[in-house]
Amino acid sequence: MSRLIARAPAEGLTPLDADGTTLIELPMEPITAISPFAGQEKAVNAALKPLGLRFPKPGQSLARGKARILWTGQDQAFLIGVAPPEIPGAALADQSDGWARLRLTGALAEAALARLVPLDLRTGAFPLDATARSLLNHMPLSVTRTGTDSFDLMVFRSMATTAVHELDVAMRSVAARQDGG
Amino acid sequence: MRVAGRGIVDRSTPVGFSFDGKEFTGFAGDTLASALLASGQRLIGRSFKYHRPRGVLTAGSEEPNALVTTGRDTDRTPNVRATVQEIYDGLEAQSQNAWPSLGFDALAVNDLLSPFLGAGFYYKTFMWPVKFWEKLYEPLIRRAAGLGALSGAPDLAPREKAYAFCDLLVIGSGPAGLAAALLAGRAGADVILAEEDSVFGGRLNGEALQIDGQPGRDWAAAVLAELQSLPNVRLMRRTTVTGAYDQGTYAALERVNLHRTPPGDAPIECFWRIVAKRAILAAGAQERMIAFRNNDRPGIMQASAVRSYLHRFGAVAGARVAVFGNNDDAHRTAHDLAAAGLTVTALIDTRPDAVVEGPFPIFRGAEVINTAGRTGLHGLSLRHAGGKADIEADCLAVSGGWNPNLALTCHHNGRPVWDEKIAAFVPRPGSVPGLEAAGAALGVFSTRGALDSGANCAKTALQALGFKCPSWEPPEAEEAEPGITAHWAVPGPGRAWLDMQNDVTVKDVKRAAQEGFSSVEHMKRYTTQGMATDQGKTSNVSALAILADTTGNGIPATGTTTYRPPFTPVSIGAMGAGGWGMGFAPQRFTTSHAASVDRDAPMVEVGLWYRPSYFPRTGESSWRESCDREVTMVRETVGVCDVSTLGKIDIQGKDAAEFLDFVYTNTFSTLPVGKCRYGLMLREDGFVMDDGTSARLGPEHFVMTTTTAAAGPVMKHLEFVRQAFRPGKDIRLISVTEHWAQFSVAGPKSRELVNAVLDKPIDDDGFPFMACGAVSVAGTPGRLFRISFSGERAYEIAVPARYGDSLYRLLVAQAEALGGGPYGMEALNVLRIEKGFITHAEIDGRTTAFDLGLQGMISKKKDCIGKTLSARPGLMEDREEMVGLKPVGGVMQLTAGAHLFAATDKPLRQNVQGHVTSACHSPTLGHPLALAFLRNGRARHGETVKMVDHLRKIETLCEVTHPVFFDPEGGRAR
Repeated sequence: MSRLIARAPAEGLTPLDADGTTLIELPMEPITAISPFAGQEKAVNAALKPLGLRFPKPGQSLARGKARILWTGQDQAFLIGVAPPEIPGAALADQSDGWARLRLTGALAEAALARLVPLDLRTGAFPLDATARSLLNHMPLSVTRTGTDSFDLMVFRSMATTAVHELDVAMRSVAARQDGG
Repeated sequence: MRVAGRGIVDRSTPVGFSFDGKEFTGFAGDTLASALLASGQRLIGRSFKYHRPRGVLTAGSEEPNALVTTGRDTDRTPNVRATVQEIYDGLEAQSQNAWPSLGFDALAVNDLLSPFLGAGFYYKTFMWPVKFWEKLYEPLIRRAAGLGALSGAPDLAPREKAYAFCDLLVIGSGPAGLAAALLAGRAGADVILAEEDSVFGGRLNGEALQIDGQPGRDWAAAVLAELQSLPNVRLMRRTTVTGAYDQGTYAALERVNLHRTPPGDAPIECFWRIVAKRAILAAGAQERMIAFRNNDRPGIMQASAVRSYLHRFGAVAGARVAVFGNNDDAHRTAHDLAAAGLTVTALIDTRPDAVVEGPFPIFRGAEVINTAGRTGLHGLSLRHAGGKADIEADCLAVSGGWNPNLALTCHHNGRPVWDEKIAAFVPRPGSVPGLEAAGAALGVFSTRGALDSGANCAKTALQALGFKCPSWEPPEAEEAEPGITAHWAVPGPGRAWLDMQNDVTVKDVKRAAQEGFSSVEHMKRYTTQGMATDQGKTSNVSALAILADTTGNGIPATGTTTYRPPFTPVSIGAMGAGGWGMGFAPQRFTTSHAASVDRDAPMVEVGLWYRPSYFPRTGESSWRESCDREVTMVRETVGVCDVSTLGKIDIQGKDAAEFLDFVYTNTFSTLPVGKCRYGLMLREDGFVMDDGTSARLGPEHFVMTTTTAAAGPVMKHLEFVRQAFRPGKDIRLISVTEHWAQFSVAGPKSRELVNAVLDKPIDDDGFPFMACGAVSVAGTPGRLFRISFSGERAYEIAVPARYGDSLYRLLVAQAEALGGGPYGMEALNVLRIEKGFITHAEIDGRTTAFDLGLQGMISKKKDCIGKTLSARPGLMEDREEMVGLKPVGGVMQLTAGAHLFAATDKPLRQNVQGHVTSACHSPTLGHPLALAFLRNGRARHGETVKMVDHLRKIETLCEVTHPVFFDPEGGRAR
């Protein structure tokens, strides 16, 4: 019997580099949407406890080891990096293949995102582990600050080509600005 | 000419550029205007309507006259202000609106015809015959008038858009702006200081003023050095804030690389959206002119511009300069010029009591009544108490007072307030929340006043932001506010120009009032005063003052026209940066995209998705041949089609089944686990929203399928219903469209093909029609649905998207082994039309369940969204109902969009009985087919109607049929 071959969403499109600021595609990891039912927050937190995590507040992400959980909407969070534990009291939906996950890192990361994301991403307003659902130009986006100059970006898998292209243009554009933009 | 010892241009760095093909040399730091003036070139362009010779009027962004086209051929930019454009090596500029040359312009004949061409002339003259306007008059007038022209080629220059955020946005970097930015910066606030000019400092660069005993520009440089050292201050030069929008959002245009050849990938412009908690408008003021006869000759300029050219660029428009003004500020010009060793031939002050001394002839209570010099000023005539005098002058510096740059304060429809003391409008406080004006923008004209005003605004802003304001030691600077007596126009014969860009004179404004256009907005439309690229910056207040005089209404009652964004022109390319070509919208690619492209399938856009239209084979000469083959292939063997683009919504919770009952017209709570059901969804207004199948994967777990087009809207609708109508219920929704790659396998051999990739084969007992369930697909967990959109036995097989490419290639290869293959959108469409299955061509937002013959699907046993309103009078009777059509006459063509008429009726609008929504050629039945909506159509099967396509000029007689043409019993799918 033949076996299906897996392909990554942005395969062959990354890495990119502009003056030391880089864009890479993150390896495919399990992504599970967790949506607690009404009044089930405690049960969900208890189920997440062995991972060292809990259900995040709006705009919040939590990381422990390989696992990260990020708020993605009303009553909804994405658990990334580990297979989901049994979570009674919540709807779980596999999202592992629905998203292209990119990491933008470097001195120009914030300036490049300022070309595409209509959010205040200054450290004061968007500190480490802050997360938001927003737009990458016209595309739905999940953005999380994972370092002082590093952001994890998630866009629909089908839009990976456009996302990488637009990030590429923005990165090159800010790199070419002699005053740093 | 250049003036020795003046200016901050870098005289050690010469810069070569060309104007009208002639080579010029300026210095680094020059604008095109300063470099041309320094080279003795006073004539820059021809005017809009009368083709009068015009030169440089200002030294800033308000310039109405000195507009040029930069670049050449397809890479050119029209209407560039020479006063803003910095020169760089290789810059090419051309004059505008002159033919055959700037010096001799044939259309200057218009100037001789001017008695006939005044305001309102076009409106009165070119009225009849009506037809002639569009074809004859307008093209002629447009050719004769106008400024620069676009090349007509797409503008591919790189531009960008960007967002910025700050606590305090300071707009303008003169004394007020610098004081404000410095205090806020020292306080620790996040500050953006935006300066339109290429250097910070505002008027301090154009004046000989002292601050704290040092030249103003040195003080500015010191402040700037401190600001640069503060990490919380962002300096944005060459950045014009062009609009004030809601909630502290400001638009700004940055000229990133218009002053040099852009390096590499750098953009030429950036359109910023700056969100600021507070903002200070320190944009200064603009000097206005006084209208007098022939006041538009090259060499006649704002007095402040003459000082700017002298102090900043070391340039002057001529050796002999006269000064004409109605205020004390004008005197400064005469003094500065004299101090620079230039000849001041006259200082003319309209005020008899003006207090001024100086080493030049002074005329008090005097007015300029005419000037001489067609392509460049060489003299003027004045009238004073003692009589008249003729004065020699190559340059005339004019000051009619100052207008605060308050446009941004009016962008929320606030109106400015008239201040009699300075004869100018000042901002109305609080007209834009969070924005305060400071310095000259507030009508505070002294340097010390501006510094204090900026500091005060910073204090207020810092307090509101919760920062402690540092102490402020005001520096020493001149404190005198200049005296002024309003003087708008010099009475007398001839044309006195107000709006140089639109060639509007004092007489035009008066005529507007005489003809009843006495409101300022009407006067603007009648005369065109204040229109075009400069928006009348140098003429608006003067024009309305003259209008006020004429009507006797007074200036405060006359008011201003509406100030709208943008403050200065913004290229569409900047606002739409990144949007040209494929940048218009994201592209969504299915996992089978590469495999389809490999097979040379033309890809068509379906929403944002790209899907294969058909798969051409060698020897096939048209899409129809490929399409027909693919349809027959599905009907006879098996075909594979990517259907991943359909929306897939995961619905979970103990109230999920009840939720589906509420959003669908039919019942889903009775659906057994492991089964699918077709569902119809209405909007609140009772019309059909979408359709699709939903599968029950578990007692509390469904996956809903939507159409490709409505995936987003349905998700939004469900989320709204969940939150607004079913709060507190256990329903959780999430789109899983992107997670699954899903392929339709359709045709008599579809089970065989599916079993070729499943680890455990299925049979019809275990997997009957409308069954669904988990399967293992070549080692990968997937889902299988036995549903059909083709009327054939069919399955949809889904795997996680990472395996989509692999599974698609595998399915297609195996299908080919069975005599089948891939099929595209064209074949998919034909297959569903043959079966009478609907798409959004039919459910176009105007059709009801009744129209579709699906009213039986609205369950009587339960409520659902849209149920009540679907039973409104008029939605359940005498409607256009869905039917099938097949041609019966000599013409065999059916086209979507065509209208239907009774066979004997004339094809007129009032006789329309319906329209065709989908049409195709059916290779299965051997003739064209169409789905259509026809008035009371279900009762008319067998009748002959006439289809008329007025656009394509097709008229076809058709038989009305049942919409299901093929296999009406549906046995093939089961």
